[in-house]
Amino acid sequence: MKDGDSSTKPVTRKRFVDWLLGTSAGGFLAAVFYPVARYIVPPEVPEASVNSVTLAFAADDVPSNFGRIFKFGTRPGILVRTPGGELRAFSARCTHLDCTVQYREDLSHIWCACHNGHFDLNGRNIAGPPPEPLQVFDVNERGGQIVVSVRS
Amino acid sequence: MTDGTGPGSRARGAIGRFASWLDDRIGLSAIMPVLRKKEVPVHRHSFWYYIGGMALFLFLLQIATGILLLFYYRPSAEGAYESIQFLMAEVEFGWLIRSIHSWGANLMIFMAFVHMFSVMLLKAYRAPREITWITGVGLLFVSMGLGFTGYLLPWNELSFFATRVGTEIPGVVPVVGPFIRDVLRGGEDVSGATLTRFYALHVSVLPALAFMLVALHVLLVQRHGMSVPPSIEAEGGPRRSMKFFPQFLLRDLVGWLAALAMLAAAAAFFPAHLGEKADPFAPAPAGIQPEWYFMFMFQTLRYLPAEIMGIEGELVGVGAFGVVGIVLLFVPFLDKPKGPDAKPGKLWTWLTFGALAYILLFSYLGYTFDPNA
Amino acid sequence: MRVARHLWLATLLWLLPLVPTAAQTLPSSDACRDCHLALEEESLVAPARAYERDVHAETGFGCLACHGSGGTNQLNPAAGFLAAPERREIPGMCGRCHSDAVFMRQFDPGLRVDQVQEYWTSRHGELLQDSNDPDVATCIDCHPAHEIRPADDPASTVHPSNILSTCGRCHANPARMAAREIGTSQVAEYTGSVHGQLLLEEGDLSAPVCNDCHGNHGAAPPGLASVRNVCGQCHSVMADYFDDSAHGQIFEEADLPGCALCHEHHAIESVDDAALLARSEDVCLTCHEPPDTLGLEFRRIAAVLDTLNRAAEASRAILEEAENVGMEVSQALFELEDVGNAQTRAHSAIHTFQVAPVREQVAAGMEITVRAAERGREALDEHRFRRLGLGASASIILLLIIGLLMKIRELERAEDTS
Ligand code: HEM
Ligand code: FES
Repeated sequence: MKDGDSSTKPVTRKRFVDWLLGTSAGGFLAAVFYPVARYIVPPEVPEASVNSVTLAFAADDVPSNFGRIFKFGTRPGILVRTPGGELRAFSARCTHLDCTVQYREDLSHIWCACHNGHFDLNGRNIAGPPPEPLQVFDVNERGGQIVVSVRS
Repeated sequence: MTDGTGPGSRARGAIGRFASWLDDRIGLSAIMPVLRKKEVPVHRHSFWYYIGGMALFLFLLQIATGILLLFYYRPSAEGAYESIQFLMAEVEFGWLIRSIHSWGANLMIFMAFVHMFSVMLLKAYRAPREITWITGVGLLFVSMGLGFTGYLLPWNELSFFATRVGTEIPGVVPVVGPFIRDVLRGGEDVSGATLTRFYALHVSVLPALAFMLVALHVLLVQRHGMSVPPSIEAEGGPRRSMKFFPQFLLRDLVGWLAALAMLAAAAAFFPAHLGEKADPFAPAPAGIQPEWYFMFMFQTLRYLPAEIMGIEGELVGVGAFGVVGIVLLFVPFLDKPKGPDAKPGKLWTWLTFGALAYILLFSYLGYTFDPNA
Repeated sequence: MRVARHLWLATLLWLLPLVPTAAQTLPSSDACRDCHLALEEESLVAPARAYERDVHAETGFGCLACHGSGGTNQLNPAAGFLAAPERREIPGMCGRCHSDAVFMRQFDPGLRVDQVQEYWTSRHGELLQDSNDPDVATCIDCHPAHEIRPADDPASTVHPSNILSTCGRCHANPARMAAREIGTSQVAEYTGSVHGQLLLEEGDLSAPVCNDCHGNHGAAPPGLASVRNVCGQCHSVMADYFDDSAHGQIFEEADLPGCALCHEHHAIESVDDAALLARSEDVCLTCHEPPDTLGLEFRRIAAVLDTLNRAAEASRAILEEAENVGMEVSQALFELEDVGNAQTRAHSAIHTFQVAPVREQVAAGMEITVRAAERGREALDEHRFRRLGLGASASIILLLIIGLLMKIRELERAEDTS
């Protein structure tokens, strides 16, 4: 221990320690609260939910006798406006070998290009290899927005 | 810090005025003399005094990160996995918060174990600290309960099946077993109902319980001061002591910061993973494991024969662990020095080492166990 | 001996009404069954036992429906008992009911009634008609007499999962096929084909089996010109491309077998993009002999497909790397799956035999791979950033710890001096 040193030394040393403590404590608080603050800010991507999804396009964008593919969580869905003007939605994954189905305006029903599978506007497999109907979703329209949800 | 001269003294003056205003109204300053008076004995086993504080810090960290996780978590079989996935992929620093909570839980339980064993070996549970010990054991059980319930919350494959196995175990107890199992599961099998139940336990019931226990525990520790181990006492007691405030607390702080840095590093290098979403109808994947702190019990049950003296083997195992748990609670009353010269027996020390060896051995066997062999 | 047995049977049948307990009507089917089940000779018991599971029994028809030549369950005394019919008579016997639309309507209005008619147009029917060929299949060879099950019953010999072995019973049997030119390789070839793998290994009942290309009752090899139509039932997009291509017309004029020329018929393999080149060298260059360079278009097509495959693989590798270091990229991986759709469309476009339409589909796929790779790289950058952030905050914590330790020493020194 260097107790015999001049009395100014411990004072500058003490100042340095206080300074070091003060700045690093400030830095530490910043390092803790910066991530927390960023965490609390809601992310831009809306939260994905498996149960329902609000489509990125408006109801007006879908004329009658027309179909559009959308993303439903981690799988594709297909939104169809029937020639009668009604909106319907199905899983767009073909029940045969998982190709993405499409709407055929000339046939007014859903069709899978991979092996010529046909589905009617209730999602039922009416021709070709698909062994099962397409999964049917519920469609709701709120102020021009389309909300598709799993049928419970 | 105390002399009030220096560049920040005016600001300190204002703070000081506010502090005294506040103190007039709530009177917290009464604590300071207590803290100042408290002395921590310094001797060769002093290191273990820090572990309890470390567990306390980790507990508070769990509460803080847990609350943050609640901002995004959704407690349902349909949404839980997806919400965690969202948290990990889209929420900024979501990975950090989640990983710290998950690593922190392990570290906290580890510290609680270390703390308990050190208290056992240093015999800090002797009168008048029996209640301190009991609340401590209660805390360990509650922590393990928090670990168990928390494990299911991400609703992924591994946790789902581990929970199915874990909740099956109380089912072996006759008469009430199946009832307990069904209450735990909220139905006959692990399902969305189990998830909401575990969620309620994990974020409200168990933390509230833990909080009360911690409060009582810490209060008692403050009241009794640190216990000096018999071996030191026999040498004539500690030669030195240290002020609790600020000396001891500053040292605590160093440990806490180091723990935090370690957790952050663990989060950056080994983020908590998520795996596949639980599918109740899928066959159980290979390698279903409980959390490490349940492994020794799990492995014991695996080794038990189907029947022991006409009783179902698993039931014997569960019963034995139940008895050990109860014995653990009452250690301070069981380990009473016989005879008036109050020489503490070595029996409990050996039992502690035995338990430690057992846990280590069976955990090791559990992690190297090959179910196909 | 056979005659003896029949005589015995006939006597029995005529005596039955005389049994006091029996109703004073003609002998019933129940009576046939009861006696047959009690007989000792296994070959006489078996039909009666099997018939209990027969779809006709379930619908209410008894032995006499076929063997009695009367109506449903009665013996026509005039026509008498009908023992095992001649092979050539079998279609007519089944047709007695199955070709009668009015009759069949009572039981299954949806069932077709032209099977017998179709049968006579089949190769089996032709041979039976023309030369009374003893080896060709009649109704009961595919629908075993006495235990006929409907086609949707998995236990049925004509259920999709059993058709291969039903046809194979003769067609894969060298002894039976020895004298014929069609050989016995079809079943084995089919088993190794894409369709066979789907059906037999993955249990996909929608995969085509023998009858889906050859017809059921009118089974015959599709004519050269109709191959394209047969495959086009399912592979309609490719078939359309093919029709519009230069080959569509030329093949038709030259009587070349559409799809089968490149894809074989029973041994249809799934052509992976690597094999595409080798295969096309073999097939295309047989007609497009140098100096004709048209056949070389395939090289360009293969190259274009290859770019997409590589890009998809590269993107997947980046995402997997990100996943391995613990980043959450499942959404990006999912989006990358969409490349599969683009690849399918590109493969369909091969049947234009031109590189441009293939390139168009490939371009759509490339966009997906580029996006996926971007997300993967972002994730990896983020991972690097995490370490940087960790380094920074760890240094801050370290400084704070040093400060604390210095403070502790300072306090201790103050204590020591005081
Ligand atoms: C989350 C769990 C726990 C927390 C937050 C916690 C916290 C603390 C703290 C802050 C102290 C004072 C520092 C010290 O003496 O080490 C302490 C002391 C103590 N703890 Fe715990 N503890 C926990 C678990 C346990 C467990 C599991 C046991 C025993 C089974 C236990 C038994 C004790 C005893 C007997 C003392 C007094 C030790 C002494 O006076 O030297 N604690 N605990
Ligand atoms: S994948 Fe849709 S019909 Fe085959």
